[in-house]
Amino acid sequence: MQTEFTEDQEQFREVVARFLQDKSTPLSVREMMASEAGYDKDVWRQLCEEVGVAGTHIPEAFGGFGFGSIELGVVAEEMGKHLYCGPFFSSSVMAAYALLNIANDSSKVKLLPDIAVGKTLATLVLDSLNSPEAVGRQLVVANNSLSGTAAMVLDAHVADLFVIVARAETGLGLYTIHAGAEGVSVDLLETIDQTRKVSRVSFKNATVERIGHVNSESLDRTWDHICVVLAHEMIGGAQHLLETTIDYTKLRYQFGRPIGSFQGLKHRCADLLMEVEIAKAATHHAARCLDAGEGEAYAASMAKALAADTYMKAAREAIQLRGGIGFTWEEDTQLWFKRAKSSEVLMGTPAIHRERMISMMEQQS
Amino acid sequence: MADLQAFREETKSWLAENCPKGARGPGEVHTGSTKVTVSADTQAWMEMMAEKGWTVPMWEKEYGGAGLSIAQTQVLFEEMSAIDARPPLVNMGTRMLGPTLLEFGTEDQKKRHLNLIARGGAAWCQGYSEPGAGSDLAGLNTRAVASGDEFIINGQKIWTSGAQNADWMFCLVRTDPDVPKHQGISFVLLPMDQPGVTVRPISLISGSSPFCETFLDNAVAERRDLVGQLNEGWSIGKRLLQHERSGQGGLGPSAARSRPVGVSVDLGVAEVGLSYVGVTDGKISDPALRDEVVQWKMQDAAFKATQRRAGAESQNAKAPGEATSIFKLVGSTLAQDKQELIVKLMGNSGTGWEGAAFSKDEIGATRSWLASKAVTIYGGTNEVQANIIAKRVLGLPD
Repeated sequence: MQTEFTEDQEQFREVVARFLQDKSTPLSVREMMASEAGYDKDVWRQLCEEVGVAGTHIPEAFGGFGFGSIELGVVAEEMGKHLYCGPFFSSSVMAAYALLNIANDSSKVKLLPDIAVGKTLATLVLDSLNSPEAVGRQLVVANNSLSGTAAMVLDAHVADLFVIVARAETGLGLYTIHAGAEGVSVDLLETIDQTRKVSRVSFKNATVERIGHVNSESLDRTWDHICVVLAHEMIGGAQHLLETTIDYTKLRYQFGRPIGSFQGLKHRCADLLMEVEIAKAATHHAARCLDAGEGEAYAASMAKALAADTYMKAAREAIQLRGGIGFTWEEDTQLWFKRAKSSEVLMGTPAIHRERMISMMEQQS
Repeated sequence: MADLQAFREETKSWLAENCPKGARGPGEVHTGSTKVTVSADTQAWMEMMAEKGWTVPMWEKEYGGAGLSIAQTQVLFEEMSAIDARPPLVNMGTRMLGPTLLEFGTEDQKKRHLNLIARGGAAWCQGYSEPGAGSDLAGLNTRAVASGDEFIINGQKIWTSGAQNADWMFCLVRTDPDVPKHQGISFVLLPMDQPGVTVRPISLISGSSPFCETFLDNAVAERRDLVGQLNEGWSIGKRLLQHERSGQGGLGPSAARSRPVGVSVDLGVAEVGLSYVGVTDGKISDPALRDEVVQWKMQDAAFKATQRRAGAESQNAKAPGEATSIFKLVGSTLAQDKQELIVKLMGNSGTGWEGAAFSKDEIGATRSWLASKAVTIYGGTNEVQANIIAKRVLGLPD
């Protein structure tokens, strides 16, 4: 298992970072938040054509580049830093990983190539975003007819294709349906984090195609893959908040000196640095475990829990250490603060992931 | 790569053949002290390893090492750990003074001291802290006055780990009292067995006495044992601290085995939780304690991942840098939290001091918990580490 990034991976990070620095500025993020689609189609097209982000981890046989969680994590980490708004996480990560881990081969061949180039926007419809065990209680299929509601689905308002986990008599299955098909309704929700838009999606006798059988192992693996990418996004955001907060404490003068010279603040900044470093190491380690197919089974849950706690802590400190300006609408910190909250609970709260982790430990001892 | 594979095979078979049974598994480790008698196996193991230069594998051959590369050293440690071989020799000479002398020592100092360290012929202690100079170490007052080929030293050192068994001391002394405090300090080496040196162990709350007070009354250091230039000892002393902290935080070759001073047992938090708190449906019965167990375990596993990354990064750097403060702070806090959590999980069973009413592990846990109070203090308190991180790593202003 690798313990540091290779030169190629570092170069790839540079490319992604430079692109996002240019195209995902706080100003453009605010524009996307206010727009209906929530993302810039041109920027997404360039990201897919010039940087190739959508197919990073998709095998070449299915039209991708055949890299792994490490490289996908690099993309997500940079996107988290720059708060990129777009269908990367819903389509390239969530839907693509479900297809890769669960779908039958003919469906992979049919669906993944267009997802890998960003031409098809897919999204994963789960009736629980809390834990894999809770999936399959709301969405029910009988005779290829799907009914039920998924309370929160990422980017459903712009998706072309829904990839759905639902319960049938034979157990959980993976299904697809095209957006706009009969019996599908999408209601865009008003949530705090407009950098990642979510909708309620309801199905009423909608005709779906079954493309795979879901067992607890494949659903867990999908969940882990998604969580590790999300953890990367979160540590990227935490790193950004750490850096901008440190900069602020160097520039802001009170009592005739920079506030960063006060020991009370210094120690908090040092604490935050250590937490961020530890969450980063846990997250990078989790991606390496997934790619190498070895390591602790709980690595993904550990990364998700630590990254979420760290991102929230960084976000709280970023506001507190900025004083009054920190909780204004105009200051950009709020954008990351809200993303931190929405990410903390997405795919399971830290408490849920700690539970997953300790259950595995107890079973071992 | 092929060479490395050959080295691995060679190392493996040599270790299998030569490492005595009594030098495998948990147990005594040679400290190089001439005042402590060790078992025959511990002695033989140290001598055989020293013969190959493997007590300090990365040092040059002329200084008692084997001149191994980082990759070869890693292979050696992996193969040692595969047969559960203990480190042949661990002391402040191998971990702290040696690397410092390699960087700053004269050829004569390196030849004399490094070879003695490498073959386990001397244990070292650290004359840094004084009653009036703890966190503010540069405020130290022990005076050294040059006199011919010697320095005459007067003052008192405290928290001198292992001074009662040490053969030599590396010591920070004030050689110029009339300049700003950092500019009048020198770094000298002196033998412990001389009339001017008196050692008195300090009893700690754990009942053990790993630290001492050391009184220097006209103690003598030879002029040739001044390391670096006169009055320029502070930067050397600080560099040595980085080596110390990287060891405490758990960087470096003996990381996997390093434990805080006085921590005598190595229990797993999940196992202790399951056996002392009780089990309901395969889970630790108390949900609050169960969450504490997983929180600690998470921090610990993530810290180990951070160490692996830092280990990979430091292969490019010659000596540990300012970031070692991060490892010292996090590593010591985690080690202390672990002992705290274990006695908490044990409940009343974690209050035994001695006697047959408590198991060996229980008494070990209690004593280790008490001993672990020192770990966030020695080598620079957590608060001092946080100051260093803020200043050196984050660049926050004074």
